[in-house]
Amino acid sequence: MCTLKGLLLAGLAAAAASFALPALAEGGDPDHYGFGTTPSPEELSRFFAIPPDGAGLPPGKGSHGEGEKVFAESCAACHGEKLEGIAKPQYLGDKLIGGRGTLASAAPVKTVESYWPYATTLFDYVKRAMPFNAPGSLTDDQVYSVVAYILGEANIIPKTETIDAHSLPQVRMPNRDGFFRDPRPELELYR
Amino acid sequence: MAEPDLLAGYDEETRPIIAGMIAAEQRALAARKAALEDCECREGMFPNPGRRRVLVAAGSAVAAAMLGGAGAAWAQAKAPAGAVLREVPADPTKEQGAPIAEDGGYGSRSQFETATRWRPNIPATTPFSSWTMSPLDQSYGVVTPSGLHFERHHNGIATIDPARHFLFIHGMVERPKKYSMADLKRFPSASRMHFIECAGNTLTEWKQPTLKTVQGTHGLLSTSEWTGVPFATLAREVGLQPGAAWVLAEGSDAAVMTRSIPLDKLLTDGLIAYGQNGEAIRPEQGYPLRLILPGWQGNMHIKWLRRLEVSDKPYMTREETSKYTDLMGNGKARQFTFVMDAKSVITFPSGEMKLPGPGFYEVTGLAWSGHGRVARVEVSTDAGKSWSLAALQEPVQPICTTRFRFPWFWDGQPAVLQSRCVDETGYIQPTLKELVAIRGLAGPFGSIYHFNAIQSWAVAADGSVSNVHA
Ligand code: HEC
Repeated sequence: MCTLKGLLLAGLAAAAASFALPALAEGGDPDHYGFGTTPSPEELSRFFAIPPDGAGLPPGKGSHGEGEKVFAESCAACHGEKLEGIAKPQYLGDKLIGGRGTLASAAPVKTVESYWPYATTLFDYVKRAMPFNAPGSLTDDQVYSVVAYILGEANIIPKTETIDAHSLPQVRMPNRDGFFRDPRPELELYR
Repeated sequence: MAEPDLLAGYDEETRPIIAGMIAAEQRALAARKAALEDCECREGMFPNPGRRRVLVAAGSAVAAAMLGGAGAAWAQAKAPAGAVLREVPADPTKEQGAPIAEDGGYGSRSQFETATRWRPNIPATTPFSSWTMSPLDQSYGVVTPSGLHFERHHNGIATIDPARHFLFIHGMVERPKKYSMADLKRFPSASRMHFIECAGNTLTEWKQPTLKTVQGTHGLLSTSEWTGVPFATLAREVGLQPGAAWVLAEGSDAAVMTRSIPLDKLLTDGLIAYGQNGEAIRPEQGYPLRLILPGWQGNMHIKWLRRLEVSDKPYMTREETSKYTDLMGNGKARQFTFVMDAKSVITFPSGEMKLPGPGFYEVTGLAWSGHGRVARVEVSTDAGKSWSLAALQEPVQPICTTRFRFPWFWDGQPAVLQSRCVDETGYIQPTLKELVAIRGLAGPFGSIYHFNAIQSWAVAADGSVSNVHA
């Protein structure tokens, strides 16, 4: 009785209610309610989410040099001239580089350089959410460039390297192997 | 400002956050105490400044009205958040009450009630990426009023016209769909009571007792009745392709928040919600549409939900790599730590309250578990040496806060009150020592999330209550 048809029959039988799927009423697909519409490819094309294999990365490319300009203009006011972050006198933005080798210490410093496992996440996040005060305002080339700049300043890629849809997924982040699946449940805490 | 020793030992990222929360709580407490100063009636258990302040305001308003002043102007100016100020008659049985329906058809709370959420001070966070703490110390039962539900936003509160809002379901599906709000409301609906807890709730308390009130220590927890369409209903509509295993949920706020969610969870109890506590979801809770993932960390309950993209793998978004991962002492981080384990806290008596003297008190609080129902709650009045069963408010619902109550006769001697939750899976809420033994000393630095240790409130001989590690 867990299918839609089953539910429908149960409903009709039990209550003899004037309940019918619109699709059924219209002589359509009896297995589905049929609400909503089919989105057009154009409607779906404005969405993106970039997984580690780079699927969905847009055309375009970026260089360290261009990225330096983008960063100075659109990012430095909150993340600092040297990507060191601004915490005082008021927090404006996170530190983006540094901190390598500190994760196992008593005072870990988590940055794109020291902590982030995938470079694709950086592209995705900057395109999605930065600059904080004007999210989504950069062109894809500008995003590629500022990503190249951050990764270059973090000494993860050479400052001469150009970043595009092909090369970005191949960047190996220093903390690539720094994560493991949640080991809970912690059995020592059970009765 | 914060006591320097409360911040010692935190990393760069965490220190300003803790400082901001300490400062915000101190500000809230200072306002409370200032209002209490010349109030004989409020030395009692529930420090609540509202009464006195509003009485004074009302008094001056009456005077203003008698002098022909503009009453409406001050009423707007002085009303506590969520209330409308009215003249208080000396005897409400001798004067007509307020005329009916002049509130425009949407009510407000009493002008004498002042419980509000507070957020960390601005120097520590931006006004756009911040959070507010729910006043648990002034809560009754298990439902959180929608206007007091805690918040966490990563780039402000989106303002969305529901007529122009759509939910797209696409990716590894047979029939991609675009649903309007009206479409979604045509599907069979479900209503369920669930708590939402931020993974960062209680993160200030790893090293030492840091915040003073239960609002500060546990206020990133709230409970609502959520109404919407089960994800499974929509999954059947769109059809899942072989290999589908994860779903990316995306919000339409300025953070365009994204999280990857295992398909299993969504099919089990994921809810695409448009209703909260009997009305439309509040803007700051994701109006018009929010994803509810019962018992999983709050960040995954994507607000302003605009699309679900079905995939065979997680996307590794910023919020599931840079944030919401638990860095352990060996430098490796736990990832995808979704479920919120069993936890409880006593809300009365709790930090900064004062018991007027020996005698009877009802110790009460909240218990919850992301694994299912609360099976039992035990209360200790001697710092965990002995435990007694508390009464649970019925019905005990799965993945919902449960109110517990425990009658206590205070003999006037110093006491330490604790509560301990055991859920239906047999999970026992750990002591701080047990929790730190598992998470290691990285707790206060890296692994700041998922703090669910037993909370201790010390009652001093003078009746004052404070946050302690015991
Ligand atoms: C107006 C201030 C501001 C500007 C300008 C800005 N950011 Fe940010 N950035 C922030 C804030 C605030 C956050 C944290 C957001 C949150 O809390 O979710 C952040 C977060 C980030 C993060 C994630 C850090 C982490 O460790 O998780 C990256 C990467 C980033 N910004 C890059 C950029 C880049 C690149 C630019 C320029 C294109 C930029 N930002 C411009 C304020 C800013």
